[in-house]
Parts: sequence; structure tokens; C-alpha cells
Amino acid sequence: MDIFLQQTVNALALGGTYALLALGLAVVFSIMGLINFAHGELMTIAGYVLMYCGIAGLSFVIAVPLALLASVVAAVLMERIAFRPVRNGSGATMLVTSFAVAMILQVLFQNLISTRSQPVLLPAMLSDSVHIMGMVIGVNKLAAIIATVVMLVFLDWFMKHQKTGIAMRAAAEDFAVARLMGIRANTVIAGAFALSGLLAGVAAVLWVSQRASVDPLMGFMPVLKAFIAAILGGLGSLRGAVAGGFLLGFIEIYLSAFLPPEMQEFREPIGLGIVVLVLLFRPNGLIPSATLKAEKV
Amino acid sequence: MQSLLSANDLHVSYGAVEAVRGVSFDIRQGEIVAFLGANGAGKSSIMNAITGLVPTASGQVMFEGRDITGAAPETLAPSGLTLSPEGRRVFGTLSVADNLRMGAFALNDKDAVEAAYARVYELFPILLERKDQYAGTLSGGQQQMLAVGRALMSNPRVLLLDEPSLGLAPLIVDQIFDLILKLRDQDVTLLVVEQNVAKTLQVADRAYVLVNGEVVEQGKPAELSASGTMQDAYLGAN
Repeated sequence: MDIFLQQTVNALALGGTYALLALGLAVVFSIMGLINFAHGELMTIAGYVLMYCGIAGLSFVIAVPLALLASVVAAVLMERIAFRPVRNGSGATMLVTSFAVAMILQVLFQNLISTRSQPVLLPAMLSDSVHIMGMVIGVNKLAAIIATVVMLVFLDWFMKHQKTGIAMRAAAEDFAVARLMGIRANTVIAGAFALSGLLAGVAAVLWVSQRASVDPLMGFMPVLKAFIAAILGGLGSLRGAVAGGFLLGFIEIYLSAFLPPEMQEFREPIGLGIVVLVLLFRPNGLIPSATLKAEKV
Repeated sequence: MQSLLSANDLHVSYGAVEAVRGVSFDIRQGEIVAFLGANGAGKSSIMNAITGLVPTASGQVMFEGRDITGAAPETLAPSGLTLSPEGRRVFGTLSVADNLRMGAFALNDKDAVEAAYARVYELFPILLERKDQYAGTLSGGQQQMLAVGRALMSNPRVLLLDEPSLGLAPLIVDQIFDLILKLRDQDVTLLVVEQNVAKTLQVADRAYVLVNGEVVEQGKPAELSASGTMQDAYLGAN
């Protein structure tokens, strides 16, 4: 039972990170029908900012906001430079563009920084642990869960009560009519990218906090997982992205904890098999988007 | 009287298909003008071209003396022209109040937004009653009222109504036409596309009859009813 609770905490921490990443993908997809595979490179950028801040001797309290700022700015620039010119292109055009952006950034990291994994200096406190109800919980896990909850509450408030957030929901539902209301396409799309950058930045801080290292390809795996989570939850649905992220986190952690040792090498296929099974029964995901048609500008 | 909204030799194409072929019209301040014609006559295409939702192949659209041909849709609401689109297209996952708030997106002044809410809630008390409900849960008639109310939130001087009575119960249809007259009294100039010809001719000051993307006749309702063009336009004989 103790081990079960312990693993549940781990699952919440990992699932929360997936949920934030899946949300970042979903915010952009719901508005412009683009699955941004360069989302992971936003994480990597935030990771490198953490690394350089550590080298420069800056405190973590300053490093984190700088890392978040960097991924937000990078996301907005990415939209402006790479995606705006192909905005009226097909979904495939935008998808390929996002792969190109991801590869260009990876090569830049490899050539300008290092091809190898670099250590990131983290505050010692993060590797401590606390005792709660007989469980030993790592501070980094606890921080991940708290950060996820704070981000989800913030996002919910922003999308429900802020004029820009409501406009983003309106645009996700019917972009043409939203524009008729005077909602500017560029503002909404740039806003969606900024939000996805913020989510990627927070996810990067959580990801790096568990590993204390950053490498040029760091963002690829978590974003692939987040993509699976977004599909699992219902592509384009924000609530679905959160549900899918947590479910995927639970599947992965429980399989690695409770699968017999001789089965462990089949952990990934079994996990993805469960995802396929869920999709067989709910082809549009756990919480399908109300407007499946992603209307483009 | 001064011309408020006009078009000169407007053409709209979808690929090889020419939906609007050289339409010209002229709408003056305070008028109710109707576009009539069978399905596919090009009425909605004209509305969409005016508001920039579809590109104009050639020709010119003027609003208050400014050339708005090919203007981005988001620039029109702030300048005083809005469209209540065909099929209502309310934001179903937003509350009624948030739908209206989006209609007022162009307004920056808080008092102006409050005044716009007050005006719309006075015109449609049912929307005030349902303000916290998701728009997707409203009945068809209520959604139509919301679509018109949402368009009114930006205080337009010209309101384009695309098929406002389509699919509504007769009682609601009457309310919609009463509303059109009421809006004219509030100094809103209206351009209405309608399939309910009889009702439309009762309220319109002037009408344009369209066949295959061209204006075949225009004039006051009495003149149009007298000529045989109307039947031809709807029965497709030309």
C-alpha cells in the first residue's frame, strides 16, 4: 500500500509535466490546427537558460523566471518567423514546418553549445525529501505537483475570465466569426504561442529538476509523450490534454513499478497498447473537443 | 442622402466558379435594404466579400467613403460594420454573456461596453435571463437573438444580417422582423439577406434581386412585387 501511494505521487508528478506539455500543444492546435513538434525545443531552450544561470552563479529564484521568459519569447518568435508565413497552408505544410524548426534548433544547440549532455546546477533543497503520512516524497516531486496545480488554476482563470483568454476560446471554436468581432488573428495566435511557451518553460524546469542535466535532444521524448497524451485526451481539447497527460503518467509509472521484472522490457509497448485500447473505445479521446473541426484563418 | 455602403462591379470566385459577377449596389444612411434570390444566387458571397471572409476577385467596396475592399475582417467591427452570419454561429462553448463580451471586443471603454450590454439585454430580455448559460444550450430562436445581439455589441452603424429567420418558428420569425424595424429606429442601417421574401418586402425600403450572381432587378418593394422578375428569380427561369 505504501509503495502504491508512493508511486501515485510519482505518477502525479510525471503526469503533471505531461499535462502541461500536452496543454501547450493543445492551446496552439485548437486555434490554428498546427501540431507544433518544435514545442520540445522550447523546453530545451529553457533548460539551457537554467544551465547558463547556474554557471553564472545566479540563484534558482532568478534562473526560473529567466528560463520561463526565454521559452515564451522563443515561442512568440517561432510563430512570427516560421509559422506565420505558412498559416494559410495545409495542416501537413505546418506540421513539416514544425519538424524543420525543431531540427534547425537541435543542430544549433549541438553546434553552438554541445552535443553532449550538460549538468545543470540545482539548489540542494530540490534533492531533499519530506515525510508526509509515512511516505518519503522528494521535494522535486512535490514541487512538480504544486507547480502543475498552480499552472492549471492560472490557465483556467485566464481562459474563463480574461478577455484575451475568452477570445482564444472563441477563436478556437470559430476563427472567422471571432475575427468578425474585431478579434485580431495575429494577437490570438501570438497569445496562444506565448501561453504554450510558458507551459513548455514550466515543464522544462520540472523536467530538468528531476534530471539535473540538459542535452540538445532533451525536448523530443517528453513532447512525443505529450502528443500521445493530447491524442489520448482528445486533440484540441484543453481539459482532454490535462486528463490525457495524467493518465499517461499513471500508466507509465504503474507499469514500471508493478510489472514483473521479466516483462519490464515490454513496458513501453504495453503502455502504448493501453493507449490504443482507450482510443478503440473512445476514438475522439477521453474529453473530445467541442469543435473537432479546427478551423483555420 | 449620403451613401454609407456601396459596391462597384464586385466579383467573387471560388476556384473556377464565379459566384458573384459584377454586382453594384448603394446603401444610404438609415435604409433597410434586402438582397433576395434563390439558393446559390450569390447573396451570402456578397456579405462575405464585404466583410473580408472571402477574397474579392475584382471590384470595389466602399464604407463611409473609405475603400474597404479586401480589408481584414477584424478591422471592420471597430470601424462600425458587422455581420450576423448565416447559421447564427454563436460560440457554443462560451456563456451567453461571454458571447456578448466578444461582440464588444472592439470597444475599449468600459462604460461603452456596459451600455452595449444594457441595450442588448433590453432588446432581448431572454438573453439576460440566460446570461450564464452556455450558448450551445439555447434554442434556435434564442441563438439567433444572441447572434444579432453579439453583432450589436460593437455599436455598428451598418449591420449585415445573413438569413436571420432561417429555420425559426413563425412566431420567432415575426419577432426578428419587428427587431429589424426597431433597429432602424435606433439609427442602424441594415442590409438583409433573406429567403422569407414576403416578410422581407414588408419591412425593406429597397431590394436587389439576384440571379446567378447578377442583379437582375432593383427597386422599392411595391415595384418589385408588380413585376414578374421575383417569381423568375426564385423559379430559376431567366
